Amino acid sequence: MDTNGDVAVKVVPVRHVGRWFGVAGVALFVAMLIHTTLFKVASSTKTCVTINVAKTCHGVLVWRFQWDIVGQYFTSSEVIHGLLITIELTVISMVIGIALGMIVAVMRMSPNRVLAGVAWTYTWFFRGTPVLVQITFWAFIGALYPHLSIGIPFTHVAFVHISNVNVTFTTLEAVIVGLGLNEGAYMSEIARAGLISVDEGQIEAATSLGMTRRQTLRLIVIPQAMRVIIPPTGNEVISMLKTSSLASTVAVLELFGAVSNISAQNFQIMPLLIVASIWYLIVTTVLSIGQFYLERYFARGALRSPPPTPIQRLKRDARGIVSKFRTKRGVSEAGA
Amino acid sequence: MTNPMVEVRGVRKSYAGVEVLKSVDLTVNRSEVTCLIGPSGSGKSTLLRCINHLEKHDAGELRVDGELVGYEARNGKLYELSDKRVCEKRSHIGMVFQRFNLFQHLTVLDNVTIGQTQVKNIDREKARVKARELLARVGLDAKEKHYPAQLSGGQQQRVAIARALAMEPKLMLFDEPTSALDPELVGEVLDVMKDLAKSGMTMIVVTHEMGFAREVADTVYFLDGGIIEEFGDPQEVLTAPSSERLKSFLSKVL
Repeated sequence: MDTNGDVAVKVVPVRHVGRWFGVAGVALFVAMLIHTTLFKVASSTKTCVTINVAKTCHGVLVWRFQWDIVGQYFTSSEVIHGLLITIELTVISMVIGIALGMIVAVMRMSPNRVLAGVAWTYTWFFRGTPVLVQITFWAFIGALYPHLSIGIPFTHVAFVHISNVNVTFTTLEAVIVGLGLNEGAYMSEIARAGLISVDEGQIEAATSLGMTRRQTLRLIVIPQAMRVIIPPTGNEVISMLKTSSLASTVAVLELFGAVSNISAQNFQIMPLLIVASIWYLIVTTVLSIGQFYLERYFARGALRSPPPTPIQRLKRDARGIVSKFRTKRGVSEAGA
Repeated sequence: MTNPMVEVRGVRKSYAGVEVLKSVDLTVNRSEVTCLIGPSGSGKSTLLRCINHLEKHDAGELRVDGELVGYEARNGKLYELSDKRVCEKRSHIGMVFQRFNLFQHLTVLDNVTIGQTQVKNIDREKARVKARELLARVGLDAKEKHYPAQLSGGQQQRVAIARALAMEPKLMLFDEPTSALDPELVGEVLDVMKDLAKSGMTMIVVTHEMGFAREVADTVYFLDGGIIEEFGDPQEVLTAPSSERLKSFLSKVL
């Protein structure tokens, strides 16, 4: 009987037979996967021992995925150095991409046809050609422009003169330029989607207060557009992290380049790919956590009550379990 | 000679070939409340938006406080004002919208502060003092930390009025301020507007609230099809309309 004094009805839940078969199948598959990846198996190379006359042979127990070699290279200086270059490439290219994307998006929405046209053409070109081609192009730009000077256009007046572009402009810089320009094209579309998502009424209200177009954009439109811009931008950052591996094609030893270099010497291709993959996964995880908090920050005002952070949720659940435990004990004590 | 706050002479405006305002004349005296009534699509809102240059009028003359809106007359020519000058002039005209249009990402207090600090370059602390004063005036001083989405429609509209008043406008424009509200919330917004009218603010109100127009307005203008059909004292215009159109309009809304 519950507290109201009504007779409690015993509820028999529906049995999901099909679901249980599904769970069993998936569990079996997961068990096989864990076994084949994490457990040692007898290798085909055998060691033989001869005791008296009898010769016994048995396979050596080894990890199929060679975790010992993975561990050996996981924190090796080449790999860590490669990881740092990957992060550097990702961060700088994304900063360039986001800045360019914002500028291009605003240009694209300008009432001036020339600005809008240039912005459209930029996006068309850099989205329309493979990023690998673009990186290679910038890496060999010295072939087109062996000398470079900054001065007054169409005259011989130069303030800065680079006599050998191939030497001054490193491949790392070329990759950053290539990735950044390419990213700018994608980011401009993301930024534009964000800017047009802001209600026209917000712009009118800002205008009626006497704000200039620039103030309206900076103080009212962009902060609200961020809510729409951040999720796909997080996607772009994670995508950039992995796209930066293309730098290895022009001999920049970022994470993938570094592990390829090592495996070219010791032929341990698979374990080194695993090393790289684990590092990519770790960085992606950290980035995803950052994205969660950033989204939460820019969602302020958009939701009546913001969703709890995972830590808040954990605390709440823990409190819930504790209080449940307490009331249960209280009930049983009262019953006794 | 009286010096009216707003003078509209022969103003025309078309959108994509459709003439929304067909030579409109209107005068609003200082410290007076003018109500614009009429069916939807009659050009009331467009006229209001022309007055603070949210829309450019195509022809005619529009003056606020004796100065041309959006242009400057020099040597017999009209020069279009720079964005900066237009913005400066707009900052003296408050506007309240049908859909409130509070800045969603800012708290109530920041909504009322941002115009002061960014447009009038008033010190942040001073702006906050003024914002709190105004929020108290509209009865919302307890909600300053809330975001607009956490308020009712009536509360949002009162904040919007406070936001406009923070700029110390000489003229307030209201574009159907109660049309998006639940019926029981209309009163609280109208009360704030009545107080404002009593304090001597010059107001132009586009509205469907005939009771408000009758009680508060000094002059009522009836627009239909981009033309001012009838105007005058609300008691006369609303109780004994002379034009057939106004008669049929009033029979529908009253």
